[in-house]
Amino acid sequence: MDIFLQQLINGLVVGSIYALIALGYTMVYGIMQLINFAHGEIVMIGAMVTITCINLLLGMGVQMPGPVLLLVGLLMAIPVSMFLGFAIEKVAYQPLRKAPRLAPLITAIGVSIVLQQVAMLIWGRNYRPFPSILPTEVHIIGGAAITDLQIAIIVLALLLMGGLFYLIEKTKLGRAMRATSQNPEVAKLMGVNVNHIISMTFIIGSALGAVAGVMVAANYDQAHAYMGFMIGLKAFTAAVLGGIGNIGGAVLGGILLGIIESLGSGYLGDLTGGVLGSHYKDIFAFVVLIIVLVFRPSGLMGERVAERA
Amino acid sequence: MHETMKKNPLLLAIFATFVMVLPWVLGGFFENGNSWLRAVDFALLYILLALGLNIVVGYAGLLDLGYIAFYAVGAYLYALLNSPHLAEVLPAWLSHPPFLVMMVLAAIVAGVFGVLLGSPTLKLRGDYLAIVTLGFGEIIRIFMNNLDRPVNITNGPQGINHIDAVQIAGYDFGRPIEFLGLTFEKIHLYYYLILAFCALIIFVSMRLQNSRIGRAWVAIREDEIAANAMGINTRNVKLLAFAMGASFGGVSGALFASFQGFVSPESFVLMESVMVLCMVVLGGMGNIPGVILGAIIVSITPELLRDIINPLQMAIAGKRVVDPENLRMLVFGLAMIIIMLVRPEGLWPSKRRRAELHPKTKEIALQEKDSLQDAERNHD
Repeated sequence: MDIFLQQLINGLVVGSIYALIALGYTMVYGIMQLINFAHGEIVMIGAMVTITCINLLLGMGVQMPGPVLLLVGLLMAIPVSMFLGFAIEKVAYQPLRKAPRLAPLITAIGVSIVLQQVAMLIWGRNYRPFPSILPTEVHIIGGAAITDLQIAIIVLALLLMGGLFYLIEKTKLGRAMRATSQNPEVAKLMGVNVNHIISMTFIIGSALGAVAGVMVAANYDQAHAYMGFMIGLKAFTAAVLGGIGNIGGAVLGGILLGIIESLGSGYLGDLTGGVLGSHYKDIFAFVVLIIVLVFRPSGLMGERVAERA
Repeated sequence: MHETMKKNPLLLAIFATFVMVLPWVLGGFFENGNSWLRAVDFALLYILLALGLNIVVGYAGLLDLGYIAFYAVGAYLYALLNSPHLAEVLPAWLSHPPFLVMMVLAAIVAGVFGVLLGSPTLKLRGDYLAIVTLGFGEIIRIFMNNLDRPVNITNGPQGINHIDAVQIAGYDFGRPIEFLGLTFEKIHLYYYLILAFCALIIFVSMRLQNSRIGRAWVAIREDEIAANAMGINTRNVKLLAFAMGASFGGVSGALFASFQGFVSPESFVLMESVMVLCMVVLGGMGNIPGVILGAIIVSITPELLRDIINPLQMAIAGKRVVDPENLRMLVFGLAMIIIMLVRPEGLWPSKRRRAELHPKTKEIALQEKDSLQDAERNHD
């Protein structure tokens, strides 16, 4: 039982991180039907900038409690990621809005390569350890261990998701975003500045991505220039699982994927007598995805869109 | 390219001669000609791959992001049958099959994998298909990485070593052969072998393009519902595209394994699939010369940059400031972005695609727009 609970908690933590990143993918997809391949790299840059800032502050001998240091680092990283998201859209996607659909996919891959290489030039090829500034004490709940960090990740992720829901459902900006995703042409006629809305979508998504990046780095105690790739892939899978373009779907897909992965890799070895071990963990994301899409091609919460003739 | 050449046999002859003597030109003019020839050999392999993917993406319009999986299947099949790794377990008749049998086998096995992937995903469209094929590619790679226990099949991350080169008509391609006073080394022999396969797939692609099947693919790409209504069995025709693309991938994988003498899961990462897709899109989807051009640019540019960037850095700064490997990929990424921004239809697009994106004159474009609007109005 306690193993089950433990895996569930781990899955929930990883899942809420996936969900935050998946939101960035799904918002962009909802508005411009584009897979923003560079989103994973924005997550990575967020993590790297935060680590650098914290190390800088520690190097200057600043005396601050760990969580405050982390917050300062995060507040430095968010604007960097926001600017990157904004700039990427302006440079690589906006000129190609009327181009064939594969063209922006290729520029997205190009941007992704460029960001990875720039990160390597700045931060080197090796893993960057996350500075040990956070309390490490462990709470025991029902036989399962959970750290303050893990609690903080789940709570913060939930808060951010709640904030995003409020923004999209209740504010004027949110209404304009929904209008743009339904029909950009008509939204334009109604006085929505579509370019502005698309920029805002990238900026919000990138900010969420930066937070998620710091969570990943803190949770696994390290960051790496290539980390954005796999985590981006998983998050995109989560977005598709939930039904891409659907905000609630991204949250559901992310959390489900985290839990499935964690439970699956935890029990797979036992179930198969050690034949299939936890090194098959990465397969889960894809197997689940294929199964879901075969039976429900539009994802769990996606609407069944009639094919456009 | 092929159209001008059809009209001008002299041009074709010059081009063919150039291609035939290229290895010796490289060897004669460059100090490190052999390493260049090796790069050219790999570029030819990429041409094979890109033309195979072109059938799936360019002709049938099915976005496949896991294409490298079929390359991997072909490569591992060759490696398992032609190396000491499984020699004790394999029955004698299956070990070291004759060259042609091996190639047909690689094509069939990879084709079966293509159908296996295709059949559950046929209902999906566009980006969903892309992400499922991507997942499939990763699954194949993860299995190759981990199938070293409980029974050692793929030898895990270490990969399979000591793969024998192909033997054709008693000649071992792994050893130098003297012919007409020239010494053909392994890289020369493979240059001509892969070139022959390139010629074959170019021929097949050209014949397919204007065949009944080829036109069915175009119809599906443009509008699946309409194609269905016209009596095309969309399911079978799409499966055929997957299977044919996969078989070409399998054959090039087998050639790759025999050329390299070594395979490991590292050669089949997602980035490779992405690179092959870049070749197709950068060059010009659906257009054979375009795809070939794309494959050459994407595979040779990083090699060229390797020889340019470091000396340049030395000349300017006098020392190694940044890792040339990073800079090389950085320039490559930037080039990809810039080419797409300038020519979103690809460097050498097919006529149809160019016409879609750049109508000949403003007048025609306006007329078309008007008639479209008229049609819509009448429709209402």
